[in-house]
Amino acid sequence: MAKLKQQSLRKRDNELASANRQLEILNGGIFENGELPTFAKKIMQTNQFPLRPKKLEILQINLGYMCNQVCEHCHVDAGPDRKEIMTWETMQMCLEVIKNTGAHTLDLTGGAPEMNPNFRRFVDKASQAGIKDFIVRSNLTIIRANKKYHDLPQFFKKHNVHVVSSMPHWTRGKTDKQRGEGVFDMSITALKQLNAVGYGMPGSNLKLDLVYNPNGAYLPGDQTSMEKEFKSALLADFNIQFHSLFAITNLPISRFLDYLIASENYEEYMYQLVEAYNPGAVKNVMCTNTISISWDGWLYDCDFNQMLGLKVASKVTHINQYNESILSDRDIVISQHCYGCTAGAGSSCQGVVTT
Amino acid sequence: MANNYYDPKDLRKFGEITQWSEELGNKFFDYYGKVFEEGALTAREKSLIALAVSHTEQCPYCIDAYTKDSLERGVTKEQMMEAIHVGAAIKSGATLVHATMMMNKVNKLEM
Repeated sequence: MAKLKQQSLRKRDNELASANRQLEILNGGIFENGELPTFAKKIMQTNQFPLRPKKLEILQINLGYMCNQVCEHCHVDAGPDRKEIMTWETMQMCLEVIKNTGAHTLDLTGGAPEMNPNFRRFVDKASQAGIKDFIVRSNLTIIRANKKYHDLPQFFKKHNVHVVSSMPHWTRGKTDKQRGEGVFDMSITALKQLNAVGYGMPGSNLKLDLVYNPNGAYLPGDQTSMEKEFKSALLADFNIQFHSLFAITNLPISRFLDYLIASENYEEYMYQLVEAYNPGAVKNVMCTNTISISWDGWLYDCDFNQMLGLKVASKVTHINQYNESILSDRDIVISQHCYGCTAGAGSSCQGVVTT
Repeated sequence: MANNYYDPKDLRKFGEITQWSEELGNKFFDYYGKVFEEGALTAREKSLIALAVSHTEQCPYCIDAYTKDSLERGVTKEQMMEAIHVGAAIKSGATLVHATMMMNKVNKLEM
């Protein structure tokens, strides 16, 4: 049984802190020797290569890799020791983009985005841009981590933010194993606070969605059934309500890749992903409707490519040159981690991608 | 032939049984798939039943598959272990209830 780590891979000088090393692993072994087809080869078989963007719908901005938690499966390798934080200068460039974008959804993520010292100032300005759906990915425990965050539910409400929060399971044991000792109880308290101001209540416009991702080397079950289980357990045990559950597959990168290799589950997991490949899911993978912006302003096809250092294959690669029309004419950069988004019902930051 | 009877990798080859008897193999997999769909029982309940039966059948492939399937459906380890105890209770009960046959026979034969 893995003991919870307190530091990021980077801080521990783990070789998997290097994006290049991760790509070497993903491109080597069973994919290099032909035991399994590469993702490119697989999508060629269904005439879906190269992957091309459709209409831009989501701007996802990563405000920094600093986080109050060190989750076992984190694809960002986030943690308290990560100091990469978006500056106000870069935020201002993002605000310009937000004002003029054709995207209907703004999605702030991290790390814990709330730990960026300019988070509230940024949300305040961004919420005035008239974006239809303004998401903040909050890990819940941040609300309880320090007094200065206790009023986040009210702050979110004031700006009509759509809160999307991680909750790996409705039981304490499974949650704490993945996210750290005490995370479950803190998350429950935070959810109660969010419910108290109206978030997640039936019929409420204050949207509260939860994200479920498996607690090990297996795929998420059916999203609808899981949502039913989560809803009935959280209501019965804690009188907590929420709107939707997003079931997200763990992608084999960063800390989850480290876990897969250390637990000797890597090859079996890749087999599972490849066997569950669903060409129907490829049509709707999130990289086809999303642009991901890193803390330092670089542009990526998704948050996973950001962590692998795979910038968009376009003339425009940084927020300071941002141009949606040029960006729309590009091939999406892929590698074997992409199988994580096309397995079963598919997976994205908004949950499954097929109905 | 491998040097051991069971190889975890063989589970991936399960679908290949259709190669030597296509019609029967396909009929089996159609039936199998249908059985595990949501019905009067949820897919989660069916997964737990399958896990318990996998143990009473002592099928390593099935244990491998339905442990993972149960995890995927959010089943906790406590629920999994209880399900296996149900299987074990039926197994031991089925043994012990036959003791009545032995008792009947003894009672019949002894003066």
